[in-house]
Amino acid sequence: MDSILIEGTPKTPNVSFDHNKGALLLKGRSIPENSIEFYKPLVDWLEAYSANPQSKTVCDIQLEYFNTSSSKCLLDLFKKMENMSKGGREIVINWYYEEDDEDMLEAGEDYQSIINVPFKMIEMQE
Amino acid sequence: MTNNTATTGRKFEERDSAMNIFDLYHRMESNKVVLSFKGDVTSELMASILNIIEQRMEDLNEAPKLRKKVYNVLVECLQNLYHHIDDLPAEDGKNGRDRSAIFMISLNSNNGYTITTGNYIQTDRKASFEDRLKRINSLDKMELKELYKEVLSADGRSAKGGGGLGMIDIARKTGKKLNYDFATLSDEYSFFSLNINVEENN
Repeated sequence: MDSILIEGTPKTPNVSFDHNKGALLLKGRSIPENSIEFYKPLVDWLEAYSANPQSKTVCDIQLEYFNTSSSKCLLDLFKKMENMSKGGREIVINWYYEEDDEDMLEAGEDYQSIINVPFKMIEMQE
Repeated sequence: MTNNTATTGRKFEERDSAMNIFDLYHRMESNKVVLSFKGDVTSELMASILNIIEQRMEDLNEAPKLRKKVYNVLVECLQNLYHHIDDLPAEDGKNGRDRSAIFMISLNSNNGYTITTGNYIQTDRKASFEDRLKRINSLDKMELKELYKEVLSADGRSAKGGGGLGMIDIARKTGKKLNYDFATLSDEYSFFSLNINVEENN
């Protein structure tokens, strides 16, 4: 299956979903007005991936900003990962936040409490 | 765009309004307005505003924590305007749709920023919207967190994509009650205004 590689824009993040490596990355800003339009292909990809995933999948979320419209879409992605995890696959979600960015840390913890997949909170030095 | 004079519209000024007019006057008078705008909120406009404010905060050497908070809250405020403005009836001399909103961001006396928005909404949407705002304002920090998670994980989302999280998010990020007002203009239309202070130690 093909990987997804999308360059970031001021309103949308860099995306790298690599099937061979089992590596998923979202990096940058996610503040589009219409998040569903941006995230639908990613959710669909993950659905297809989960039919034949790697034994271990690592998801790196390295967002500087995301809007509430994106937050539901992120949850959709995490739910797909939760399903893979229930199916016996190893999934890890690395949630990055910049030093002192308590809001971003808290956002990660919100997801962590909703989604039954191991989250790792990683503080980045500025 | 940067130095436009914000006007709140004739009808709104006529009423005995609490926060906005004097506050607006005071802030424009004391020259603390960073940017104000009245007009149609488009995707391109939002991008420009975010750019300008981000640059300005960098020029002012604001702490990263404050910058992020302001940016986040600003995104939600602008996208609320973008998604939820109701079409205004054509007024004298105008025809067709007018989706005008006002927006202003200024420095406040607590070393933070004040964001003010105003937009028309249909009066029949007012009651349910106001109920949501009242509920948000009745909750403490932990209860807001729970409400956010509840709305986040609820199935379905509004046709406009936001899912009703924007106001909860603003209340959480600012750590303050939402300061809002509705002015009833007619049976059909009301004017909604929101005044938000974003400070570092929220």
